[in-house]
Amino acid sequence: MNFDRARFELPKGIQALMASGREPAEAAAREGVARRSFLKLTALGGFALGLFPIATLAQQGQSPAQPTALLPVQQPAAFVHIDPDGTATVTINRLEFGQGVQTGLPMILAEELDADWAKVRSVHGTNAPAYIDPVYGMHMTGGSGSIAHSYTQYRELGARTRAMLISAAAARWNVDPSALRTRSGVVIGPDGQQLSYGELAEAAMQRPVPEKVALKDPKDFRLIGKATGRLDAKDKASGRQAYGIDMRLPGMLTAVVAHPPVFGGKLKSVDDGAAKTIKGVQAVLRIPVDRGGQGVAVIADGYWPAKQGRDALKLEWDTSGVEKVDSAKQLAQYRELATKPGPRKFDADVSALTDAPHRIDAEFVFPYLAHAPMEPLNCTVSLAGDKAELWVGSQMPGLDGVAASKVLGVAPENVKVNVQMAGGGFGRRAIATSDYVVEACSVVKAAQAAGIAAPIRTLWSREDDIKGGYYRPMHLHTAKIGFDAQGKVTAWDHAIVGQSILAGTPFEPMMVKGGIDATATEGMKEPYDVPMRLTVHHPKQNVPVLWWRSVGSTHTAFVMETLIDEIARATKQDPVAYRMKLIGDKHPRHRAALQLAVDKSGYGTKQLAAGRSWGVAVHESFNSVVAYVVEASVKDGAPVLHSVTAGVHCNFAVNPRSVEAQVQGAAVMGLSMCLPGAAITLKDGVVEQSNFSDFVVPRITDMPQMAVHIAPSAEPPTGIGEPGLPPLAPAFANAIARLTDKPLRELPFKMV
Amino acid sequence: MNKLNVNGQERTVDIDPATPILWALRDTLGMIGTKFGCGAALCGACTVHLEGQAIRSCITPISAAEGKKITTIETVTDGSDRVGTAVHAAWVKHDVAQCGYCQSGQIMSATAFLKAVAPGKLPSDAEIDSAMAGNICRCGTYARIRVAVADAAKSLAA
Repeated sequence: MNFDRARFELPKGIQALMASGREPAEAAAREGVARRSFLKLTALGGFALGLFPIATLAQQGQSPAQPTALLPVQQPAAFVHIDPDGTATVTINRLEFGQGVQTGLPMILAEELDADWAKVRSVHGTNAPAYIDPVYGMHMTGGSGSIAHSYTQYRELGARTRAMLISAAAARWNVDPSALRTRSGVVIGPDGQQLSYGELAEAAMQRPVPEKVALKDPKDFRLIGKATGRLDAKDKASGRQAYGIDMRLPGMLTAVVAHPPVFGGKLKSVDDGAAKTIKGVQAVLRIPVDRGGQGVAVIADGYWPAKQGRDALKLEWDTSGVEKVDSAKQLAQYRELATKPGPRKFDADVSALTDAPHRIDAEFVFPYLAHAPMEPLNCTVSLAGDKAELWVGSQMPGLDGVAASKVLGVAPENVKVNVQMAGGGFGRRAIATSDYVVEACSVVKAAQAAGIAAPIRTLWSREDDIKGGYYRPMHLHTAKIGFDAQGKVTAWDHAIVGQSILAGTPFEPMMVKGGIDATATEGMKEPYDVPMRLTVHHPKQNVPVLWWRSVGSTHTAFVMETLIDEIARATKQDPVAYRMKLIGDKHPRHRAALQLAVDKSGYGTKQLAAGRSWGVAVHESFNSVVAYVVEASVKDGAPVLHSVTAGVHCNFAVNPRSVEAQVQGAAVMGLSMCLPGAAITLKDGVVEQSNFSDFVVPRITDMPQMAVHIAPSAEPPTGIGEPGLPPLAPAFANAIARLTDKPLRELPFKMV
Repeated sequence: MNKLNVNGQERTVDIDPATPILWALRDTLGMIGTKFGCGAALCGACTVHLEGQAIRSCITPISAAEGKKITTIETVTDGSDRVGTAVHAAWVKHDVAQCGYCQSGQIMSATAFLKAVAPGKLPSDAEIDSAMAGNICRCGTYARIRVAVADAAKSLAA
C-alpha cells in the first residue's frame, strides 16, 4: 500500500465544499488529492482489472506503456472486476448501511459499462486512496453525498472499462474500435460477431486506460432512473448477509469492555476474581477508553462469557476529576446563556420588535438523542508484527485507519481497514475520535502485552451503545418575532444554545467560523427572506456529541417550520399559501416539492375525517428539498400521525425505489424524535437510559400510511439519505397545533 | 455437553447451559443469520422459533431448548418450510430490507404469525402490526414489512 499523508489532512476537500456552498466541486477537491500513478494504484489490490500486466512491467523495471494522469478515484482497476463467466463485481467507495449505495453506485457504473445487470455484484472497499469521496477528498460516507458526489465518477469508471473491453475485442478481430458496439455484457462486431465481457476481461487488462471517455446521453439510459431492486435483497432476507459483527477469524476472541459510568471517569479498584472463574474468559485487562477515561476489557471465547465476565467484575470508579452533567441544571444554564450576547450568524435590525402589531415569544427544547443503529458497534482487529488489519462498518475508514495506527504503533500504510456491511449507523460510524475503533485497538494492544496474539472482536452491548455518548446535542432555541397583520415579518431575534459538534475535530478549521459551528445553524432562515438576527452559543459539556442523520436540521427545521406555521395561524392565512408567498420565485425546488405534496395529498380539496387536521412543512437539507403534508389527530391526549404525503426534489433520481425507501425511513426517524421516551438525559453525570425499554424508537404500530412522490428533474442528482428527516416532526406538530391551538415547542412532544 | 436440535439437525455444544440460544447459534455453531440487537427481548432481532413459537433467543437459555426444535432464519431458503419460503420471497419482491440487520428477526416473526393464521384467512393491517410490534427496524422499513406480510399471506392462501 502506498499512502499519502496529505490525504489525511482532509480539509481541502471540505474547504472546497464549503466555499462552493455545498455544490459539488470535484475539480477543486481533486487538488486536495495527491496525484498518483496507475502503477502505485494497482499495487493496492491484487485482484483488480489491469493489475497484472502493469505489475509485471514494474518487476521488469519498465514503465507502463501508457502512463496515465488519472487519479486513483478514476482508475477502473480499483472498482471493477469481471470474471470469465461475465460476473462484474463493482467496489463501492462508501459504507452501505441501509441507504442503498450498494445498489445505486453499481447501477451508475453498469449503465456506462453496458453490463448485464443480472451479473452485477457489489463489494465494499477499504481505506485505500482510490476509495475517497472525490468531493470531500477523504474517505467519507456522509452528508447524503454518496450518489451526488460519485455520479460522474462511477459513470466515467464504467465508460473507461467499456472502452478497454472494446479495445480488446477490436484487437482480437483486427477491426477499428469505432466499428464496435456493446449490449448487455457483450461486444458486438461489424459483422454481428460477439464476444462476452467475460471472454474479453483478461485481454482488456492489457489495454491502456483511456483518460477521456464519452458518456451516454441520459435518454439512452437503461438502468439509471429506473426503479431497481437492491442487490442485497436476497441475502438480507435469508440471514446470509454478513455484517461487521459476523466477522470470524481463526482463533478469534471477543472482548466486552466495562466503561466508566461518567464520561472520562477513572478506575479506583478492580476485583476480577469472580470474572476470571467464568468458563471461556481468557483475560481481564485494564485499557484506556475515550475522553481520557479508563476501562476494563474482558476477553473470552465468545460474547456471552465475555459479557458474563464483565457483569462479574467488582469495580470502583473515580469520577472526581470530571464534570457530572445534570440535564435539568443544564437546561437552566442554557436558558441563561440564551439571554447573553454572543457571536452572530446573521445580523439584522430587530428594533421593530418593540412596537410590532403581532409578536411571538417562543422557547424550544431538544434533548440529546442516541443513534442506536440495530447492529451494536463492533470492530475486529488483527495485529501481526508491523501490520494490522481491521474489519469495521465505518463511515470514515481513512480516519479510523490512522487512529488505529497510532494506538497499535503501526505505520498508517500498514493498516488495512476492510469496510464491512453495517446494520445502520445514522452518523454514529463517522466519528472523528474513532472512539470504538480506538477502543478495539487498545484491547488488542493490551492483549498482546499479556501474551494473547489472537485477533479480537470488540463488541458493545446495547447498553454500551445507549450510554456510550456521541449524541445529537441537546439544544435550546429562543425566538422573538414581530410581524404585521399580513404576516410580514418585521424583526426576528433568535438564539441557539448547544454544544459544537465539530469543535476539537479535524473539521473545526473549515466548519467552525467566528465561534459558530456551521452544523448548528444549517437550516435556519432559508428559504424565507426574514430579517433575522441569530446569536449562537456553544457551551462545553462533558457529554460527547456527534452528527445524527440530517445534523443541524434535526432542530432548525422544527423551529423554522413551526414558527412560520404559527405566523400563518396568527394572521389567519393558509399555511401553504403563506409559505409560497414568502418563498416567492427564488426557490423553485421548494415550490415544486411543496406543490407536489399538496396536490398528491388532496390538501385543500379532500374532506378530512372528523378530528383530523392537516400539517405542512418543507425543508432543504444536503441540497435536496422534502415537503410533507400530513394528517394527524389527538387520541386520548396523545398525538397520532395517520398519513404522510411526501413531495421530494432531489434532482434526477438514480434509483427511484431507493429514494422512496430513504424518504420513508427518514420520516420514521423524524417521527422517532416526537415519541414520548425519545430522549437521552443525564443525572449526576450518568446517562439515565440504557436500552430500547427507556430510549424509545418507533415500531410498526407507529407507522403512518405513506406515499412518496418525486418531482421530475434532469439535473445531476443531489442527496437523499437525510433530507426526508427534518420536515416530518414540524409537519406533525403543525397538524396538532391546528387541533389544540397550542404550539408544540419541545421534542419529544409534550402535550399541555 | 448440551444437545440442541437446530433446523432438524442434532448439534452438541460444550458451553454453560445458561448461555442464550442466540450465542450458542452465533459464536458456537457459527450460524450468523440470527442477530444480536438488544440482549433484553426488546427489539426482536434475535427471533427464532422454539417448537414453532417465535421466541427471543437472546434471553432464552439453551437449557430451555432441551428436547425441543429450534428453527432459524437459515430455513427460509432451504426449501424445508413453505411459509418461510413464501415470506422470504415476499421480502425480496418488495425490497423490504435497507440495512437488513433486523430482517432475520422480522421474517421469523412474520413466519410464526402466518403459521398461526387460520387457513384461507387474510390478516388485516392491524393484525399484521400487532404481530410485528415486537420487532424494531431503525431504518423504518415498516411500510414494506406490512405489504410483504400481506402479500405472503395472499400467496399462501392461493
